Amino acid sequence: MAGRSRIVPGVLASFEHIDAATDAIKALRAGGHKDLVVYCSHPNHELEEALEAPVSPVRLFTLIGGLTGTTAATAMTIWMNLDWPTLVGGKAIAAIPAFVAIMFELTVLIGGLASVAGVIILVLMGTRRGVMYDPRFSDDRIGVFVPAGGEVAPGVERLFRDAGAVEVRHAEA
Amino acid sequence: MAVLAHEPVITQTHADVTRDVVATLEKPSTGYVLLFFGAVGLFLVGALTLLILVKDGLGHAGYQPPIFWSVYITTFVFWIGIGHAGTLISAILYLFRSPWRTAVYRSTEAMTVFAVMTAALFPIIHIGRQWLFYWLLPYPNQRFLWPNFKSPLLWDVFAITTYFTVSTTFLVYGLVPDVAAVRDKVGGWRKLVYKFASAGWLGTDNQWRHYSRAYLYLAALATPLVLSVHSVVSWDFAMALVPGWHGTIFAPYFVAGAIYSGLGMVMTLVIPLRRALKLEHMITKYHFDNLAKLTLLTGSILFYAYGMEYFIAWYSGNTFEQTTFFRRAFGPYWWAGWTMITCNAFVSQLLWFKKIRTNLTALFVVSIFINIGMWFERYVIIVSSLSNDFIPWAWDGLNPTWADWGILAGSFGWFGMWFLLFARTFPIVAIQEIKEMIPLPRRRGGQH
Repeated sequence: MAGRSRIVPGVLASFEHIDAATDAIKALRAGGHKDLVVYCSHPNHELEEALEAPVSPVRLFTLIGGLTGTTAATAMTIWMNLDWPTLVGGKAIAAIPAFVAIMFELTVLIGGLASVAGVIILVLMGTRRGVMYDPRFSDDRIGVFVPAGGEVAPGVERLFRDAGAVEVRHAEA
Repeated sequence: MAVLAHEPVITQTHADVTRDVVATLEKPSTGYVLLFFGAVGLFLVGALTLLILVKDGLGHAGYQPPIFWSVYITTFVFWIGIGHAGTLISAILYLFRSPWRTAVYRSTEAMTVFAVMTAALFPIIHIGRQWLFYWLLPYPNQRFLWPNFKSPLLWDVFAITTYFTVSTTFLVYGLVPDVAAVRDKVGGWRKLVYKFASAGWLGTDNQWRHYSRAYLYLAALATPLVLSVHSVVSWDFAMALVPGWHGTIFAPYFVAGAIYSGLGMVMTLVIPLRRALKLEHMITKYHFDNLAKLTLLTGSILFYAYGMEYFIAWYSGNTFEQTTFFRRAFGPYWWAGWTMITCNAFVSQLLWFKKIRTNLTALFVVSIFINIGMWFERYVIIVSSLSNDFIPWAWDGLNPTWADWGILAGSFGWFGMWFLLFARTFPIVAIQEIKEMIPLPRRRGGQH
């Protein structure tokens, strides 16, 4: 992914300790560096708190998908029964209670698929290409990348070192 | 390994977890290879049987009046039931924040997907003209005929299609971060494969933010889905007037039975698998103790449901119901009826004893009884009820043939083949969820 895109100039720090990483994130944000990329092998609420990230809007995809499923199932069952009216067991032609199972299933199906589609869209929209990565971030390290070039980079490196980074690397454009 | 049943102590570091799980994907053992080819062999038996059925028709199977649902529908319900424990553990227990699910949920999710995939073959095999299965779906056709949405059989088509799609989505979605962890550890052509499968996952804050939230919603959607699917399967029976089927208790009774059978199969698969993949330190007696407690709960609900069925048959005053249940215990299918009661109602009660819950050999034996008992439960419900319906002169028995047994054996081979292949290709233990349970090291010491 990163190899295909233009490299974003910046500083990448690697942390072994969670408190060191959150200290660095808070200090960077206080210093005006809001455009950070933080890597971790698993979701961590301390990192989320430090980043002050808003709640993901993926719930809108779930809601809209679910409602689309309910509406589609209601419309499909009623229309198809009216289109080919058959009396079954003395029930009404458009027997809503008999269609509830279909409505429920399509709500879950389209709601679930829309949630995943939402994640794909939101992640693609929010991903900055060409940002430096280290395979140890999927193992036991926490990574913090700051897009910073030129004169800013040494200050960022110093901040990382002071916070307790075990490794700091620079990405040049 | 000496790990206490109530001690979920994780002594590993984050790096240990990745290393140990990635190690399961290395060169397979001889036992694994033998097991895999055994499963492929069974699958070929089923495939050959199916070929003969497609060529000659369903006449080879043991269908005869009045029994037109027999071994295939029995096995269909059996496999659908097996598929229920996975989503229970991965979705419902996720919402309940049960920490013990993390070590076993990936294997149960995989089991669910492959069990539903197996089950879905059976209605298609059963319809006879298998190549026309798409008639079940509402698609525009030249005569503008639509399927009957008032039939529970069509509800079932939608329920199973949805369950299969959502369970597969849940499994694949959960796998992405773990596949990325494997990608970063392996080399050569495998790296390319895992790189493709990890879909560009890097574990950034942006990815986790949307991923975790959507996982929660998927779990919330999948939770009622688990309960709905076997309820709908139960309505295939309960909406009919056949004695022994027409009961309002069927939905909860089937859901409890499905989860019970699924948990049985989880134990049958995971007990040997943890040894084969050297995961004894990650999947411990603590996990099996909890699995066994859930099995005891659902087995006890099943025990109650069996008792209630007999009580209602007596209390209803309906001669046909009473005769059906009398014959289940003392009629021509008494052996199947008592196998079902012994394996499900009685054997499950052994799990009250902690010694059994924490003895993996005993638990494995119990799980085999559960698998047998739950297949026979569906056999009893279907065959014994159909064999004596409302027309006594038409009463007759079922004689399963080689075509029935061939397909049944093939289904175990098909399921086993996919499960074993999965266990060697993808992380069978959820790396990122285990890591979530291990506190990250702190420079200043202490806990958050």
